[in-house]
Amino acid sequence: MTGKQKIFYFLYLHRTGLAVSALSLSLLVYPFFQDNPYTLGLSNLIAIHVIIVLGLNLFIGFAGQISLGHAAFFGLGAYGSAISTVTFDLPAWPAMLLVAGLVGLVALLVGVPVLRLSGHYLAMATLGFNIVIHTIMLQWDEVTGGPSGFSGVPPLSIGDFAFDDEVRFHYLVWTFALITLMLCLNLVRSGVGRGLAALAGEETAAAALGVDTRRAKVKVFVLSAVMASVAGSLFAHCYGFVSPDSFSIFTSTDMAIMVVIGGMGSVWGSLLGAGFITMLPEWMDVFENYKDFVHGGILVFVLMFLPQGLVTGLLEQIKIKMALTRRKDAAA
Amino acid sequence: MHTTQDLLQFIFAGLTSGAIYALIALGFSVVHNTMGIVNFVQVDFVSLGGMLMFSALLTAGLPMMPGLLLAVTGVALVAMLVERFGLRPSRSHHELVLIFLTVGISIILRGAMKLIWGKNRMALPPLTSDEPITILGAAVLPQALWIMLLTLIAISLLSWFFYKTPLGLSMRAVASNPTAAAVVGIPAGKIRLTSYAIAGALGGLAGVLVTPITTLNYDVGVLLGLKGFAAAILGGFGSFPGAVLGGIGLGLLESLSAGYLSSAYKDVVAFVVLLLVLFVRPKGLLGK
Repeated sequence: MTGKQKIFYFLYLHRTGLAVSALSLSLLVYPFFQDNPYTLGLSNLIAIHVIIVLGLNLFIGFAGQISLGHAAFFGLGAYGSAISTVTFDLPAWPAMLLVAGLVGLVALLVGVPVLRLSGHYLAMATLGFNIVIHTIMLQWDEVTGGPSGFSGVPPLSIGDFAFDDEVRFHYLVWTFALITLMLCLNLVRSGVGRGLAALAGEETAAAALGVDTRRAKVKVFVLSAVMASVAGSLFAHCYGFVSPDSFSIFTSTDMAIMVVIGGMGSVWGSLLGAGFITMLPEWMDVFENYKDFVHGGILVFVLMFLPQGLVTGLLEQIKIKMALTRRKDAAA
Repeated sequence: MHTTQDLLQFIFAGLTSGAIYALIALGFSVVHNTMGIVNFVQVDFVSLGGMLMFSALLTAGLPMMPGLLLAVTGVALVAMLVERFGLRPSRSHHELVLIFLTVGISIILRGAMKLIWGKNRMALPPLTSDEPITILGAAVLPQALWIMLLTLIAISLLSWFFYKTPLGLSMRAVASNPTAAAVVGIPAGKIRLTSYAIAGALGGLAGVLVTPITTLNYDVGVLLGLKGFAAAILGGFGSFPGAVLGGIGLGLLESLSAGYLSSAYKDVVAFVVLLLVLFVRPKGLLGK
């Protein structure tokens, strides 16, 4: 191998690690160039969405199931952290852990019977679960504060260092997002991940090859619920305020749309999907009255012409273009 | 104290909303049978029906019945446009992609309605007077009786269409086996277009009938539509008797739990029962 080939081979071999490092590095320096709190607030929101969408993509993209109810777990995490730190005066970090554990338990209890369902029945069951949780948040005023929400959640802190402004929060929340990213990248390449991918491809075949499909589905469901719960806790501590509106079924569909737009079964796609859909309403401001049109239109356009999602879809388009040019060159 | 009169009152209320859910559920089922997807645009067909009725009555000044027919036909036409230009060009046949395509189209339609009719709540007059009639001691709005009557007529027309016409026969063929239907030369495009037209008409009819009781708004259909979807699932997705049974069941469940337990948690009761039914019968009450 020549020197040049060696470098390319090295880059190719370590592409995932290098990509993660590059991403971490750019996130590390990002606040030095961008100190507008509003913009940072948006990128923090993207990070929170990334955590949920990564988990949801494991469930939708890798396990081939459907959930239109993950905002319920997100909300349970947020309200769990808010109530345990304010009402019960628990310290924030253990509370977050405790809540994540409880949400995992809820997901297990719901998941075991619900995951026997498939397709549209599963979609409805998860949607119904979300509506139930959302209604309880709205109606149980004494505990949740009802429609006006729950305020006064303290920021997270390590010792005396409180994550109380956008820049500090940027580092906290992106650290969580990157840990989740690495977890997912490693998980999908493990035996468990390959089993899941088989499950998404063809459930019967995967079962025949020795994948315990029911257990695998429930495990991924619980894992994704725990991720959503952690994202919810971060959300509550970041904004100091939670209200039922943030955890309605529309949030759930938004999360699922992020998965589909980013590309089902693409870990990096989740990052892009979360970023794209979170930013879309911001870009839409230019169109004022027409923003619903443009928002829906972009969604329809991407799904229609890049059904594999932005990352895989665009890469494939480029590959096809390159193959066509090569053939033209060969012919000439 | 609750009396039999109260019970009767709750049952009438349940049957009324149940009939509406049944209409919407039938719309979901028709599209599911021919395309295998959940058509979330159904939700907006309901709002659109009410909106078109509003314009037909108050802008064009038409009488009730022509207005109703015009509104229902209008929604059916919009539904056909949605299928032809919104779903058919899709490059993917992946269920999830198509479902979210309908979510995208639904956002566009809602945006259009917001632009045309504004965000304000509007009042649509009922088909006939709004003096309640007393039946066995329970007060019933004439509109509720219209809802039940027109739902019955719609269901009869639908069964006539599916069991007595050639087009209905081919639609049942596609529902039972799409590949075999394609092999014997049943035109898929026409069937899909028809199923959307029927879904649109059913949703539009539900919207025209229910909005005088609720109020009219560009997103009034969202919650109603989701209940319709729940009804379809409860009865067994794709089964027509199931859709009617699921709709009536959900309506009764809701009004009885609102009456006897708590009106704040009626949705919770309805959905918890739905989940419990699915745990016992994962394919719905009448699903195969």
